[in-house]
Amino acid sequence: MVDVRYDIAFRLYPYEKVPDQDLPPKRHPVVIVGGGPIGMALALDLGRKGTPVLVLDDHEGVGQGSRAICFAKRTLEIADRLGAGQAMVDKGVVWNVGKVFHGDDQVFEFNLQPEGGHKNPAFINLQQPYFEKFIVDEIRRAQDNGAPIEIRGCNAVTGLTPAADHVVLTVETPDGPYQVEADWLVACDGARSPLRDMMGLSFDGRVFEDNFLIADVKMTADFPTERWFWFEPPFKDSGQSALLHKQPDDIWRIDFQLGWDIDRAEELKEENVRARVDAMLGEGVAYTLEWTSIYTFQCRRMQAFRHDRVFFAGDAAHQVSPFGARGANSGIQDADNLAWKLDLVIRELAPEPLLDSYSEERVHGADENILNSTRATDFLTPKSEMSQIFRNAVLALAREHAFARPLVNSGRLSVPCVYDGLSLNGPDLLDGPKRTRVGAPAVDATLGENHLLDHLSDGFTLLCIDAPAPDVERVDGVPLTHLSLSAEGNPLLAERYLGDAEGAVYLLRPDQHVVARWPAVSADEVRVAMQTALGKDAG
Amino acid sequence: MTLNLEPNIPDPDGFYDLLLAAHQGLSKDESDALNARLILVLANHIGDVDVLREALTAARKRSE
Repeated sequence: MVDVRYDIAFRLYPYEKVPDQDLPPKRHPVVIVGGGPIGMALALDLGRKGTPVLVLDDHEGVGQGSRAICFAKRTLEIADRLGAGQAMVDKGVVWNVGKVFHGDDQVFEFNLQPEGGHKNPAFINLQQPYFEKFIVDEIRRAQDNGAPIEIRGCNAVTGLTPAADHVVLTVETPDGPYQVEADWLVACDGARSPLRDMMGLSFDGRVFEDNFLIADVKMTADFPTERWFWFEPPFKDSGQSALLHKQPDDIWRIDFQLGWDIDRAEELKEENVRARVDAMLGEGVAYTLEWTSIYTFQCRRMQAFRHDRVFFAGDAAHQVSPFGARGANSGIQDADNLAWKLDLVIRELAPEPLLDSYSEERVHGADENILNSTRATDFLTPKSEMSQIFRNAVLALAREHAFARPLVNSGRLSVPCVYDGLSLNGPDLLDGPKRTRVGAPAVDATLGENHLLDHLSDGFTLLCIDAPAPDVERVDGVPLTHLSLSAEGNPLLAERYLGDAEGAVYLLRPDQHVVARWPAVSADEVRVAMQTALGKDAG
Repeated sequence: MTLNLEPNIPDPDGFYDLLLAAHQGLSKDESDALNARLILVLANHIGDVDVLREALTAARKRSE
């Protein structure tokens, strides 16, 4: 028996019995447990590189409920690299304007009008089921082109036994249990990660004593496509804060902060949800309730995201508050970080210590997200009388004085982290722009009709801008794709990659982070930097 | 010199964190006293009485 934990929005991978279920355990190079956005993005990335991957999910498709709705530019860029980005942007709602209210009054308005010269918008709102579906759709296309990806629905992992050079999984199915062996296992099984529990690993952090009610409401009302956030909202029984934000299909996300001592069952009754929503939207607005949920949250992470042959990614590894859209967005960066490393190690093109850098880099990212998320939560839900006094003082001053507005924190929206000072970084010898420094993800820039990120390869790229390309096509068997561009006629490329420099050479990893940059470079220097990025300094 | 009411703190969230941390674990009375001392310390640092007068006006306005 496999427990049904939630309803399905899209039945994308119905259970089918496979011959392996009646055979002795078969060994797989990579098994991913959990077919959510992180697991599927990782499977797609590995499969596109040609590394065989098996996804085990205990359901037969994508769960219902909008859940994560706010996807950031970096996520869209990663999805774009994987071929799934355009469908997301086409379906998603692009928004720029946010309004912050305190009680009845507007405190200020901001415009995230994205900087020009990027292929993708700063943010889109899109229900998580669509996000997941678009990735699975792309997996199906990749499979048609020969990508070795297999998804098994209604396959619930119930046991895990580590062995010397692999792990053995016990998998429950409607036809009874069977076993699977994995050289490498990636747990993408969510915040309550059963695999984490099976391994007895701790997940420590800070619990926030608060409950948030989500109501997804379908209506054709004429609210603008803006993010409206209220501190101490004026509508009846709306709690400490409230949020109104648009999604595709005429769905609006409404959040109410309810406090700690509540009766969840009572609060989730339709008449009680409706009373709150009516008070917010005003009398006479017709709507249907699409989905409701009450959530609490914690800010915490595992000590390490690699445990020998087992990796943890996404919510299984780290959890944040929803303020700032740092949950799914950071999980996608986990997948982006792990895929190329696993692929190269499995192909024996990089040594195993490269895999430790996954934990090093993504723990760094998780800490940054937890810090930002904790600070936003502290501002939203003051923990003491004095915190409340300061918070309201900031809101009061922000109406008139620009200085107080950066202090208002209703969630600092997700930006990708920079791996400053970490092990895989090479030299930063260019006196170039800070945003494209070593460790940073490549910044997009318009190049004529298209964009820089479209030109980067799936592997390592050596980007030469008005600088001679050194003669190095391959380092220790790993191919290096050359991309030579000129700043002439590409002012954004010059601004984002050269600064005051005349020319520059950037070495970029397969996940588009900058390994090293120089004003000019020799083949030997490129080789050394690339070896560092392949984890060869660590061994 | 005039009072600067434009953003002037490079890491606003970090500063706010520092401020709340200073009050961590204090009673309301202790927090009030801390704030009073903090205002006096900062006022001394500013030194310019015209700026202080403007700051008092800006702060006072919200309570009227």
